Amino acid sequence: MPTEAEQVAAVLARAAGRHFGGPAAIEKLTRESGGASRQTWSFDAVVSGQRHGLILRRDPPVAGKIEGERSTSLDRATEFRVLAAAHRAGVRAPEPLFELLAADGLGEAYVMRRIGGTAIARKLLRDPPYAEARRLIAGQLGEILARIHATDRANLPPLGCRQAADHIAGLRRSLDLLGRPQPVFELALAWLDRRKPRPIAQPVLVHGDYRTGNYLADETGVTAILDWEGAHLGDPVEDLGWLCVKSWRFGAVDKPAGGFGSREELWRAYERAGGETVDAARAHWWEVFGTVRWGIICHNQAFRHLSGSIKSMELASIGRRAVETEVDLLQLLKSGS
Amino acid sequence: MAELLAAVADFLREEAVPALDRSHPGLGFQMRVAANSLAILEREARLGPDADRREHARLVSLLGRDGRLDDLNSELARQLRAGERDETDAALMAHLQATIADKIAIANPRWK
Repeated sequence: MPTEAEQVAAVLARAAGRHFGGPAAIEKLTRESGGASRQTWSFDAVVSGQRHGLILRRDPPVAGKIEGERSTSLDRATEFRVLAAAHRAGVRAPEPLFELLAADGLGEAYVMRRIGGTAIARKLLRDPPYAEARRLIAGQLGEILARIHATDRANLPPLGCRQAADHIAGLRRSLDLLGRPQPVFELALAWLDRRKPRPIAQPVLVHGDYRTGNYLADETGVTAILDWEGAHLGDPVEDLGWLCVKSWRFGAVDKPAGGFGSREELWRAYERAGGETVDAARAHWWEVFGTVRWGIICHNQAFRHLSGSIKSMELASIGRRAVETEVDLLQLLKSGS
Repeated sequence: MAELLAAVADFLREEAVPALDRSHPGLGFQMRVAANSLAILEREARLGPDADRREHARLVSLLGRDGRLDDLNSELARQLRAGERDETDAALMAHLQATIADKIAIANPRWK
């Protein structure tokens, strides 16, 4: 029996050969991320003496995917098309190169170019090589987000549209599934429901998980936006609010824009790059929403562990982090309305 | 119970984590999560029972009826979703602030 890595390498050699048009040698194949379901592998393909640094994104064929995750995350084929459209719109994102075929037997999978940089928030926020980058990242994130939202919808695959009311209903469903009463989240959802922004007439491409930890950066700042599986159509301010949720500041609490700058710095850069003028009350609404959303995700992840669908100490312990978002919510509801 | 949990958590953090960081970095991270989880359990064993009693007493006074902690919280959650109470209710907000202050003191006292 070949190991999983040997099987992946053999398939990649075949697929890279098809794409680049010549025999490909696969080198330095390593598994990057832990999860059994959504895998990321890094490798080099050497074709006619030329070395290509590549990334494989892969969902192995499995029986019984997790409900809920299935409904909100994109399958790999759709993610590939969203990434292609965003890349074509000039968004700093990895260039998607080719999809694997069903006959290749790796499940849903595609290959994109590898980009340098680190996604580790702790390093970006504190390590000396990133001192200059720290001054730039908030502005760069605003600028890149304006480009994402300007992605031509004609180039996008069919995507679900989620307006504010859909999001609220979704989170209430999640709370009901958890089966434990959550007064603070109920209070916040009722607050959100009463103040929700009107449905927007021209929904745009929303990244859906635009935050520190989900982009790569090096000494010059942001190099690539990653993790597109939450993409959908909706309100552009959703991404701006999510980026400012306190949990994504990783301790740099006085820098709301992902731990690197002020909200105003982020918004002005977004507007300068062609994004719509940011309404502060609307952005506050989406920040409160994002805080509820992350709190409920924490509970969901712990629930997935407890219900036995995925066993993981990390997932089991993340449920306790929901309390952090409850502290934040009580502050947010006090500070602005 | 809290003392034993604290002793194990201290051992993991001070002895096991640094050793694993040198020999098996991936496991070092997992061990940090384990040590942190034990520290939460230690605080829960020490602070949880009193916190639950206080939460229960406040809910009885807020809702004007007695019952199990979970049932009282279900009733409060129902009232909040139905819009029967909201953030303008000072007694409600004082209760939630106190409850969450007790919970964060267990889950992560350094959160601010």
